[in-house]
Amino acid sequence: MATSSNGKYGSQQDLVNESKSFAFTTRIDDIIAWGRKNSLWPMPYGTACCGIELMSVMGPRYDLARFGAEVVRFSPRQADLLIVAGTITEKMAPIILRIYEQMLEPKYVLSMGACAISGGFYRAYHVLQGVDKVIPVDVYIPGWPPAPESVLDGVMTIQKMIADHHPRPWRNNWVAGEYR
Amino acid sequence: MIKREKIEQELRSAFTGVEFQFSDIYGAFVLDLPASEILRVMGHLKNHGHFDILMNLSGVDYPDRAKRFEVVYELFSTRTINRMRVRCQVAADEGIASVTPVWKAANWFEREAYDMYGILFKGHPNLQRILCHHEFQGHALRKDYPADLQQHCKTVMPIHFEDDWNYEPNPDSDLMPLNIGPAHPATHGTLRVMAELDGEVVKRANVELGYLHRCFEKMAETHPYNQVIPYTDRLNYCSAPMNNIGYCKAVEKLLGVEVPPKAQAIRIILAELSRIIDHIVCIGANAVDLGALTGFFYLFQYREKVYTLFEKLCGARLTVSLTRIGGMAQDPPEGWFDDVLEFCKEMSKGVDDLETLLTGNKIWIQRTKGVGAISDKQAIEWGYTGPMLRAAGVGLDLRKADPYYGYETLDFDVPIGSTGCCYDRYLVRVAEMRESIKIIRQVAKSVPGGDYTIRDRSIVLPEKKDVYGNIEGLMNHFMLIMKGLRPPKGEVYDATEAANGELGFYLVSDGSAKPYRLRVRPPCFAIYQSFPEQVTGGLVADVISILGSMNLIAGELDR
Repeated sequence: MATSSNGKYGSQQDLVNESKSFAFTTRIDDIIAWGRKNSLWPMPYGTACCGIELMSVMGPRYDLARFGAEVVRFSPRQADLLIVAGTITEKMAPIILRIYEQMLEPKYVLSMGACAISGGFYRAYHVLQGVDKVIPVDVYIPGWPPAPESVLDGVMTIQKMIADHHPRPWRNNWVAGEYR
Repeated sequence: MIKREKIEQELRSAFTGVEFQFSDIYGAFVLDLPASEILRVMGHLKNHGHFDILMNLSGVDYPDRAKRFEVVYELFSTRTINRMRVRCQVAADEGIASVTPVWKAANWFEREAYDMYGILFKGHPNLQRILCHHEFQGHALRKDYPADLQQHCKTVMPIHFEDDWNYEPNPDSDLMPLNIGPAHPATHGTLRVMAELDGEVVKRANVELGYLHRCFEKMAETHPYNQVIPYTDRLNYCSAPMNNIGYCKAVEKLLGVEVPPKAQAIRIILAELSRIIDHIVCIGANAVDLGALTGFFYLFQYREKVYTLFEKLCGARLTVSLTRIGGMAQDPPEGWFDDVLEFCKEMSKGVDDLETLLTGNKIWIQRTKGVGAISDKQAIEWGYTGPMLRAAGVGLDLRKADPYYGYETLDFDVPIGSTGCCYDRYLVRVAEMRESIKIIRQVAKSVPGGDYTIRDRSIVLPEKKDVYGNIEGLMNHFMLIMKGLRPPKGEVYDATEAANGELGFYLVSDGSAKPYRLRVRPPCFAIYQSFPEQVTGGLVADVISILGSMNLIAGELDR
């Protein structure tokens, strides 16, 4: 397209300057990551109290939509971010595993609250001592339940991980293990 | 009031030769009787018009006794507001007759006692585990089961029905099995509904629960009294302060103390604020399930306002844990009551907005009116309490019927419905929100002065300034932490009117620093029991309306 006949693009430098006005260069990985991080489709897996706080996060005051994670999907097939909000019991463990496996790549997991992280103060006979016993978790949000601000921070951390291509050894080395 | 003597006499003359033992324990009317007579006596107590609701059924384990288990029945009369406790001792291998022929409500309660203790209920239609998963071995609430011994579950129960536990779908049949949940948006929480459909019509249905069984009762047995309070927060997490209040009230009854007037006033305000936000979640979520998202967004801003009030009070939003045995944890900050009154003003407008959105909404009416209707008799039979019972036309509210904390001095009405359908339930909840605002206004305008807690050194921890400031305070703190709060031996059942209905705590103390047994009577457990019957014969779309209108909170249901 660079023609010298009409003299519009006289030199190589002119061409570069002109193209900067309507295009930019990047790596394909980065532009995909940019798209992914700004269009997370979360699946809220609210089982208990944290689920109620998650409602507040989605609600009018905190409004997760501002961070590009608005489209809540209740089907794991359509979601790429699993938000585990609440206690996971032994009875629920095989179900959360199945849901995680049904999600399509790329997928991320956010563990919200003490119960999902470690069982919390439920060191009890029917409570799974952390959802990471069953599925790999990318970001843990402490709190009991975490304040909505913490959840927003957790989502932003995931976004940063995606943008930075943060290595995820926990994800790569994960096996379903004894829960299947 | 029915005279206790009259019941005594009547039972003795009707059942000659049976060993009855009547006693008065902390003001409760208690009858001990041999397990072999339970069915006949229960039948008598119900059919002769004394007690129409089986409020609670719980097991207690006494490993040292010859007959290891005790089955405790808590009876209630909606007409005379009387209560009676019936206790039977049962050996591990002996079993006791099921009272399901007398009360439908006994079904799940007995299943739970079987699940937790292994007590065999003879004649029970379906004695299966209910809370623990199906691969679980042993019985978790027995004293010899370690609280932290987990058992992994690898499989999910296939679809099953009450009368058909090993259900096999038949491809040649016209009936289609359908599974909803436990990870379905309309079951908000962890409920699982299984149905068999003929086209759009539900032919039979069943539910499975226990997906959020967090072992509350076992945890309570392994923690000191004050440390149980945060666990109670997580029962009905939509209205956490109400559970705190219910639990503390039960322990206070056992201790024989009364909280100061200021603490009572704060507790009433907290309870009514909780009732409002609980109803907000119920109505908001129910409407979302039926496609009306706007109501949810409108209502949740008021919920946030209540959270802000809680935050001002104690720093936490949802799970506040701010009652203590003997009173409150601290004084509210200056101006808090004015903030509450300001909120009442805004909330009144919020309820108006809600009514504009829903009450006359054609789609809402068509989806809810006449759906899930239930008669007052049926509702009582199932052990309904709270808004669900009132929607069916029974004006029972413990705040009026058996008032506590000075509810009797307040001016408020108990709204009731007529048909018990989902629309009536909605209307009752809306009216209750208005009544709650009315109550809060009355209380917050004239909060009594004085202390926010009792100052009994063997019950309440000293203030931090005393702990760090003088030796008496330090010693008092040390002793109470090390020795613990020790109520006298005994047992109480105490109930409050929570957002969902009667929230009861049955507490047995052996004089030590931890509860020997703490049983919660969760209101929605009894209500959810009737769900399969309510949806059978209806359309599958109505399943969602009914589920939403029941306000099932998994934390309270599964504990």
